[in-house]
Amino acid sequence: MEYEVVIGLEVHTQLLTESKIFCGCSTKFGSEPNTQTCPVCLGMPGVLPVLNRKVVEFAVRLGLATHCQIRRNNRFARKNYFYPDLPKGYQISQFEEPICENGYVEIETENGKKRVGLIRIHMEEDAGKSVHDEAYVGSEETLIDLNRCGVPLLEIVSAPDIRSPHEAHAYLTKLRQLVRYLEISDGNMEEGSFRCDANISVRPVGQTTLGTRTELKNMNSFAHVQKALDYEINRQINLLKNGQQVEQNTLLWDPQKNEARPMRGKEESHDYRYFPEPDLVPVFLDAPWFDSIKSALPELPDKKFERFLSQYNLPAYDTAILTESRDLADYFEQTAKHFTDYKMISNWMLGEVARTLNEQKITINEFPLTPQRLASLLKAIDTNVISTSAAKKVFEYLLSNEVSVDEAIEKLGLKQISDESRIEAYVDQVLSEFTNEVEAYKNGKTKVIGFLVGQVMRLSKGKANPQMVSSLLRKKLEA
Amino acid sequence: MSVSVKDVEYIAGLAKLRLKEEELPKLTEQLNKILNYVEHLNELDTTEVEPLAHPLEMKNVFRPDELKTSLSREKALANAPQRTDEYFTVPKVVRR
Ligand SMILES: [Zn+2]
Repeated sequence: MEYEVVIGLEVHTQLLTESKIFCGCSTKFGSEPNTQTCPVCLGMPGVLPVLNRKVVEFAVRLGLATHCQIRRNNRFARKNYFYPDLPKGYQISQFEEPICENGYVEIETENGKKRVGLIRIHMEEDAGKSVHDEAYVGSEETLIDLNRCGVPLLEIVSAPDIRSPHEAHAYLTKLRQLVRYLEISDGNMEEGSFRCDANISVRPVGQTTLGTRTELKNMNSFAHVQKALDYEINRQINLLKNGQQVEQNTLLWDPQKNEARPMRGKEESHDYRYFPEPDLVPVFLDAPWFDSIKSALPELPDKKFERFLSQYNLPAYDTAILTESRDLADYFEQTAKHFTDYKMISNWMLGEVARTLNEQKITINEFPLTPQRLASLLKAIDTNVISTSAAKKVFEYLLSNEVSVDEAIEKLGLKQISDESRIEAYVDQVLSEFTNEVEAYKNGKTKVIGFLVGQVMRLSKGKANPQMVSSLLRKKLEA
Repeated sequence: MSVSVKDVEYIAGLAKLRLKEEELPKLTEQLNKILNYVEHLNELDTTEVEPLAHPLEMKNVFRPDELKTSLSREKALANAPQRTDEYFTVPKVVRR
């Protein structure tokens, strides 16, 4: 029997605000434990939360970018549960009136474009961090760091529209690209600022009701998500094939052992007893505020992709890579202001520039060559001042030397020889030295011209203009 | 509306309260009295009344995204019944 996979994803993305959602404590990652707290985020009695205005704006940005309906009137709710990293005994979240609803994210699949529905996006506060430190394992204690408590999150809940781990990956990639374009989150899965839980079920193809689902948590990287989903799908299909039942359960992914295990501890049914948060007044997005958020939206990835295709006439492959991040796209466009062979810019960005970023583990913002300098380098190739291979040496030199392209060419002595009489002298010398090859050419083995060009280039220490060399050689051989 | 002893046990469980067996009937009775009293509110016809989001007729109380000085770690940890130099500590918990 053939089975169909049904996946829904819940993503929590940490917002790039300076301060927490309900107090002025810093959201900075990696600080010393318990140094970013105050009476509000510690849940002291008698304190009142006050909403960070930027959190609302960030939520609206993502809602608009994912085609959601934005609820102009919305409010917060208390989600009640006890856990040591949640000092108040409840999390301030949204329940019945989330800020964004009914949107979608468009992904590429093997069968073309597909929309993954979004049920809702809502604002909430993060909990603190439980640390199970090696040194304390024996002492039967868990350490609590409340720095993260109260950091603003958006929870993004997809519809069960995802049909394979591959689609899940595409959806997460797209969503992460969006939050980065919108500059509302750094989308870093490894550092925990972009977290994903999955609801998974399988059913025989053709069945319309959903199978029993399990919830999969603790997938801390894109690779883990793929592996964990594959694992769980196989496990469920095998159970059904053997006539067994899937048990509704929450599973934790163990990346060391490559397996998902049911959560230990007594399985309580979730009963969060949500009720409207009495400490916060409702949020109302009036038209001027809403419009100002909307008009400040940047160009989004899909639009930018289409524009790059038509404006710069680049292949889809190049365009997808160049528009993957706003910074990379900006770098390209800055360069394109100074140099108009766009495909050549793209080749260099996808080649030498990308290689350098990889090797030095830096982002395009930290890349030492400004767009202007890259453009001058490409211009030097285009106007035959240097050859492409010489340009690569100049490129390397520019990476660690704060000089102009002209100075670098001068310094390295790589200026191309385009003086016809000098090139002719090299060509004549090679023709008189390699009489066998000349003979072969005249007998129809025209491929030897490559060898002869190479000899001229060697003689000129790589500086002769290769186009001129080959045309002059050809002229003389066929004379 | 009335609650059973079983409901009270369940609610106590959610609230992490440990109740003695002999407390249950008494608490159930008291809780039912409270619920019956509040039940009077249902006598009002509220079909035409908008639900009240907040007792204050107020909207949009915000703070700008600006940092304020946090407590020192010593102050943050000062009231903790159990702690190390850097952390609050609690009896070991399994991961959610
Ligand atoms: Zn705080």
